[in-house]
Amino acid sequence: MDAKTLIARRAALELQDGDVVNLGIGLPTLIPNFLPPGITITLQSENGFLGLAPLAGEPLPGLVNAGGKPCGMAPGTAFFDSATSFAIIRGGHVDATVLGGLQVDQHGNLANWMVPGKMVPGMGGAMDLVTGARKVIIAMEHATKDGGAKILKRCTLPLTAAGRVTCIVTELAFFRFLDGVLTLTETAPGATLERIRAVTEADYAVAADCHPFPVTD
Amino acid sequence: MSTPCRQITYAELRPHLRDGMSILFGGFMAVGTPEGIVGAILDSGVKDLTLIGNDTGTGGNGVGRLVEAGRVKKVIASHIGLHPETGRRMIAGEMEVELVPQGTLIERIRCGGAGLGGVLTPTGVGTVVEEGKDKLTYDGVTYLVERPLRADLAILKAHKADAKGNLVYLRASRNFNPQAAMAADYVVAEVDEIVPAGDLDPELIVTPGVLVDGIILAQEA
Repeated sequence: MDAKTLIARRAALELQDGDVVNLGIGLPTLIPNFLPPGITITLQSENGFLGLAPLAGEPLPGLVNAGGKPCGMAPGTAFFDSATSFAIIRGGHVDATVLGGLQVDQHGNLANWMVPGKMVPGMGGAMDLVTGARKVIIAMEHATKDGGAKILKRCTLPLTAAGRVTCIVTELAFFRFLDGVLTLTETAPGATLERIRAVTEADYAVAADCHPFPVTD
Repeated sequence: MSTPCRQITYAELRPHLRDGMSILFGGFMAVGTPEGIVGAILDSGVKDLTLIGNDTGTGGNGVGRLVEAGRVKKVIASHIGLHPETGRRMIAGEMEVELVPQGTLIERIRCGGAGLGGVLTPTGVGTVVEEGKDKLTYDGVTYLVERPLRADLAILKAHKADAKGNLVYLRASRNFNPQAAMAADYVVAEVDEIVPAGDLDPELIVTPGVLVDGIILAQEA
């Protein structure tokens, strides 16, 4: 199983039946493929609807996802304007958001919207999502392409939001903030505590019942 | 008394366009942006525009076409990442870009049209977005004070209008349009169809016609 599939499979287990979920672009969009049997979620698309679904058949005019790509809609879809969309997001009506991250730190801070001087795409809806969603799940590869740590003592890139991260899923580990303490609670198949330590700059606790991912092929 | 909404042509939009003006636009990745009106603005030759809306599209569409033609002095948006030309002009110093969180941007526009002096939002607290802004704390939660936005002109894309200017939209093309309709001195909507007053279900109208000054029937592409 490649890293992205493994991350998406584990992240999917954090979602509960009936959740309203907003998925970031990229890896998080794989998650609906891995929902356990019996778990049905409603996807919120920040451009203004609840009921986002994969494209089925010909694209319909005016129907795109938050990446601007043609998509489908589930039975019972509701469309609304952007003020309502962000009232839903900020107002605590989204149960979970799953987003990628450039950096996360041991204080629950997330940086995922810009690299000064290199990449300034804008924050889009990310700051509102991370501020307002009840659970903020960061699904990302554990280290940079050069092997550098992304889970840090303190983020060095501009923040998306401060102190809002609920948990972090990588291809090596699952961390959860327990009483405000970054805690390693699960290890991925084949990942040792030493390996995780070596690519994680942050200080973290290891849960007494730290166990392997509840994910199988 | 407000002027009744009337149907106009793209050519009749010309007197409402001028150098240096601010333009609010509907659309998300150009879905919900009136492409015909953007074309009319391009044809008019006006420049030094300030554009206010979610994003500058994906290249060759929406208001991104005004950026590509060098007509834009400033963009206020939440996302420019899918339009490299906006980023290039920003980094080269040819154009100013103010990035605003999407939920904050739409609330600032809503305030501009709703007679409000601003909105308190937790979004952006503890980030660069808070720089230079007032902060207030109520019941232990800290908020940024975000100020209203208005423009000289708002350009909308709706699906249908009736003769009174009442508007309904098509699926996810609604996005910023209903708020933009409230926050500009002159509001023009490009629509796919115009029907007689009374033909739209009053319960389903999204933008009341009193907010709309001009309607343009979209030309077939």
